Amino acid sequence: MKFAVRRITALLITMIMVSFLAFAAFHMISGDPAQAILGTNATPERLELMRQQLGLDKPFLVQYFSWLTGFFSGNLGISYSYRQPVASLIMPKLKVTLLMVMISFVIIVVCSLPLGLRSAQKASGRFDWVRTTIGQLCMAVPAFFLSILVSYLFGIVLKWFTPGDFPKIDRNFAGAVRYLFFAAVCIAIPRIAMTVRMLRSTIIQEMEKDYVRTAISRGNDRSEVLRKHVLKNSLVPTITFLGQTMAEIVGGSIVVEQVFGIPGMGRFLVASISNRDYPVVEALVVILAFWVILSGTVADLIGQKIDPRLRLGGRA
Amino acid sequence: MLEVRDLHVKFHNRDREAVAGVSFTIREGEILGLVGESGSGKSVTAMSIAGLLPRKKCDYRGDVLVDGEDMLHADRSFLRKVQGSKIGVVFQEPMSAMDPLMKVGKQVEEVLEIHTDMKPEERKKRAIEALTDVELPDPEAVYDKYPHELSGGMLQRSMIAAAIVSRPGLLLLDEPTTALDVTIQAQILKLLEKLNKEYGMSMLFISHNLNVVRKLCKRVAVMQKGVIVEEGLTDDVFFRPQHPYTQHLIACIPARVKVIAKKNAESRMPTELTEGTVLSVNAETDVKGGERYE
Repeated sequence: MKFAVRRITALLITMIMVSFLAFAAFHMISGDPAQAILGTNATPERLELMRQQLGLDKPFLVQYFSWLTGFFSGNLGISYSYRQPVASLIMPKLKVTLLMVMISFVIIVVCSLPLGLRSAQKASGRFDWVRTTIGQLCMAVPAFFLSILVSYLFGIVLKWFTPGDFPKIDRNFAGAVRYLFFAAVCIAIPRIAMTVRMLRSTIIQEMEKDYVRTAISRGNDRSEVLRKHVLKNSLVPTITFLGQTMAEIVGGSIVVEQVFGIPGMGRFLVASISNRDYPVVEALVVILAFWVILSGTVADLIGQKIDPRLRLGGRA
Repeated sequence: MLEVRDLHVKFHNRDREAVAGVSFTIREGEILGLVGESGSGKSVTAMSIAGLLPRKKCDYRGDVLVDGEDMLHADRSFLRKVQGSKIGVVFQEPMSAMDPLMKVGKQVEEVLEIHTDMKPEERKKRAIEALTDVELPDPEAVYDKYPHELSGGMLQRSMIAAAIVSRPGLLLLDEPTTALDVTIQAQILKLLEKLNKEYGMSMLFISHNLNVVRKLCKRVAVMQKGVIVEEGLTDDVFFRPQHPYTQHLIACIPARVKVIAKKNAESRMPTELTEGTVLSVNAETDVKGGERYE
């Protein structure tokens, strides 16, 4: 319990630091947003007025704190290029991306755990090289290439979905999930290969340990040892790895969203950077950072639930 | 109880046989000490008896009979029935020999879970009895601890509890005291002696330390390079070693210990803890300090 409180406090502190750095960075490089909004022909009076409206005439720290308090109350500022509240712009895209990442994550977990187990059990088998080769191939294929392949095969040839025609989540949830599934698979495949390899080597390592010999000396079969002892011991590193995966697939989704024409955060982020729409970029950077840190924290909390040794954190 | 006849084991990745024709017997309720330096084949001998040889990685021949039944060539399903129920094994490093993520009590009762259809409550009762048997303070609390929460001595006691919970006829002890400090070592030896007397368990006690073996075993076999070079009553081997290797081993024991041992032997107390009498003063006072909760 104490561990959880400590981890969550750490999460909040990190978040505030990240938000400060993000805000400061954009403050320094942004040039004059008023000019960017009004164009080069604007009169100095109008520019001054705009600056006042945007709060840019105030000191840096005051700007930061009003932005921060706004952030916590859901007010992320106004987008420069759309002239709309950032929150209402981001929300629908965040939903799409989160849904896709979730689907992808479920695919990764559901596929890699049994595959990793099997791969470890058959590691000394005759066809091990086939499995390893397939795994390496899956890891080596870039996600965008997979996306092109999948869109072509399932979208154009088999017509299981219509590339470019993404249904609105709120109106047609099932259709959206169906569409996102294909993109999610593309994100998942290389990740599955990595997780399988990681799980396989962890299990093989664990099987060499002394407690396995003890368990066998009590009359366990190897498969029982695997189920009763080794699996749980292999789980902690796997969960840490999956936590990283959870964070990284959001990054991976950017390219895949482009290929599939999915209106998610990735596309929005790219567009906002090229439009110099800093309130949007700031918000997205903080949200992404939050996602990464949250994934790590959740993985740590679960790992700590499984392995009591990790609960000693306080004394170390 | 246990009969080993002309046991040979050769690992595929080695040139020399790890065990090259070893024969010995352990009678009902007897403790045999097996001494030798590391690599002399004593552990491999024990693994062959316990059915723990990696059979795909070695060639083996000979007979290993436990209660008249062959362990060396038996199939896995037979070995399973014997392992844990008829043969208990205690390994050198209690910390790594235990599953770090399973509570000690669950590991102690694992044998019962595999070999009997006892109800969970009854298994727990038996496990706590076994933990009491090995003289752990507050066995109920130990039952719910994880291995990392116990000291090395307490863990080794728990390992012994796990090995005796089903009252096997034979206990294989592979360097059970080597990883422990001297006071705890003396306590464990005393405990093993008690278990041997109380339950009439036969034991094979393996150690590289002849002096430790002498405290517990009436009979001892000395192994070198895969063969038994000398075997006999501990006092005979200890005071009148025939083989040069045994003489060499004995030369390694400090002179003072030998003097005390001699005195004890002459006063017909061959299995008393000898220099342990000096030590046990410390051992008594150290019970609390030495075996602490972390």
